[in-house]
Amino acid sequence: MSKHDPLPAIREPEDSTLLTLYLQWRATWRSKLLRGEMLFGYAALIPYMAGFLIFVAGPLAYSLWLSFNQYNIFDPPGPVGLVNYALLFEEPLMWKALENTAIYSVVSAPLQVIIGFALALMLNQKVRGLSVWRTIYCVPAVVPVVASAFLFFSLFQDEVGLINRLLKTVNIEGPNWFSSPTWALRAFIIMNLWVSGGGMIVYLAALRRVPTALYDAAKIDGASAWQRLWNVTIPMTSPALLFMFMIGIIGSFHVFTSVHFLTDGGPENATLTYVYWFFRNGWNYLRMGYASAMAWVLFVIIFSLSYLCLKVFGRLIHYEV
Amino acid sequence: MSRMYRRSNEALTLGQRTGRVALYLALCGLGALVIAPLLWLVSNSLKPESQVFAYPTQWIPRPVRFSTYAEVMDSFPFWRSTWNTMLVVTGAMVGHLFTCSLTAYAFARIRFPLRDALFVMVLATMMIPYHVYLIPRYLLFVEWNWLSSLKPLIVPHLLGQAPFYIFLMRQFFRMIPKEYDDAARIDGCGWLGIYWRIVLPLSYPVLGAVAILTFIAQWNDFLAPLLYLSMSLTASDPEKQTLAVAINSWLHLYVDAIPALWNQIMAVSVLMTLPPTLVFFFAQRRFIQGVVMTGIKG
Repeated sequence: MSKHDPLPAIREPEDSTLLTLYLQWRATWRSKLLRGEMLFGYAALIPYMAGFLIFVAGPLAYSLWLSFNQYNIFDPPGPVGLVNYALLFEEPLMWKALENTAIYSVVSAPLQVIIGFALALMLNQKVRGLSVWRTIYCVPAVVPVVASAFLFFSLFQDEVGLINRLLKTVNIEGPNWFSSPTWALRAFIIMNLWVSGGGMIVYLAALRRVPTALYDAAKIDGASAWQRLWNVTIPMTSPALLFMFMIGIIGSFHVFTSVHFLTDGGPENATLTYVYWFFRNGWNYLRMGYASAMAWVLFVIIFSLSYLCLKVFGRLIHYEV
Repeated sequence: MSRMYRRSNEALTLGQRTGRVALYLALCGLGALVIAPLLWLVSNSLKPESQVFAYPTQWIPRPVRFSTYAEVMDSFPFWRSTWNTMLVVTGAMVGHLFTCSLTAYAFARIRFPLRDALFVMVLATMMIPYHVYLIPRYLLFVEWNWLSSLKPLIVPHLLGQAPFYIFLMRQFFRMIPKEYDDAARIDGCGWLGIYWRIVLPLSYPVLGAVAILTFIAQWNDFLAPLLYLSMSLTASDPEKQTLAVAINSWLHLYVDAIPALWNQIMAVSVLMTLPPTLVFFFAQRRFIQGVVMTGIKG
């Protein structure tokens, strides 16, 4: 450790960080060995930092400012205080969008994890042709959403679509998916489940790392296959499961492309999602201030969801020491 | 007891054998469920329009009709927009492989004051959904007159604005023994030389994974290109669009005619799906490595 400590240790009161920093700088500058290293370090960060200031820090500040203003691109922004945020929660469409997105992600994220994990469990059974299976299940994850949107649009057609035809063979009258306020969102969820195989790769890697000794011990103790799954496999892979679950929740809050191509948020706003409503406000209605407020609320939602996930599931997670 | 010490080449019991059969049946069934939509896509792209929804479902088109592809390539600037997408992908890749890796190198192996605080800042930006930046960036690009050009899609990447990949590469660079640096320093190699001659060559796994993930993400990206390329205040230029956006514009022209265009829509979807799928096939090992790294390190 000591050899590569970031800097010569300087013992200074913890509370005066600026002073410590200054002393660090001075000490580094005076050391012939470290001066060049420090200068190189800062130089190497110049491109990133330039980009950060222009494309991240500046926009963040501007977006926050804009969320307290009214702005339609053509007229200069005018301050409106908290009106955008207040309006946000008064507009019924905003609640509709939140509800749709919440349903979409709360249903599809856990199902994606379950399907992906089940696939990984099956493929972890020393199956023949592992790479072939892996490829088959993973391909949907790399198909562009633009393409899969068209694909599912055709599959979900009313009379002629493949899915309703299949349903007919078992004597079920399929709904007119994308034109039905009840079924449109469900169709999107099914579409999202198609890509569950992508997570399987992560789970497979996690399964490989479970020490076989644990299984042997469990067997000796007389644990059934089911008990081994619950008490060995799932706890040992829980970090991967939680991580993919969170990625799934966050990702499904971003759903936009398929909605844009397939339903435009309809029918009767049944598929109006949060990001789609954000896009409409920003670029169709040119309510840039309002849309900025929406973006910040999205940030708060995603942040608290992630926090909540970590709080609720964090204690159940087994991290290897 | 005897089962506990069973060797792998011993005969399976009856229960195990039925288990195996059930396993393979389940794998086949699920596999068919996953693959059938793609087969349907390809098969319909090769049919004449009238047969797309023919009953009973025809999986093998008869006759196979390739001319749909030619038609669709003629009906909108296909090659041009593919070229544009390639430019965006390449630009982003160069940015991620060089700028991000240089940044990650500084964070991983160079000692300077404020380093860790700056790195925490990079990590913090990962938490923020990119929609928060979209409006200000859009307005910035309006100001700079960058809309309807590929610059908004390339320049931020060239400046390394991909915190996740920086994080990923930093984790990898930290695992390379520091003794290499010391040896190189003694031999008179500079810090940039260490980056170029030691760290990068030893990091092919992570660089490959980043390249592939970048390719697929950029190829499939839609929201940002849509905004910057087709939502300009003046008329947007169809010659300057990426493939996904060009398809979107093309569809909007024909929006009422969709039923008459099914085979063309399918053909264009196949064309759009092909490159990332091929990359996935040929670089599967790296891709999997990438997904595992991105997945596990969280």
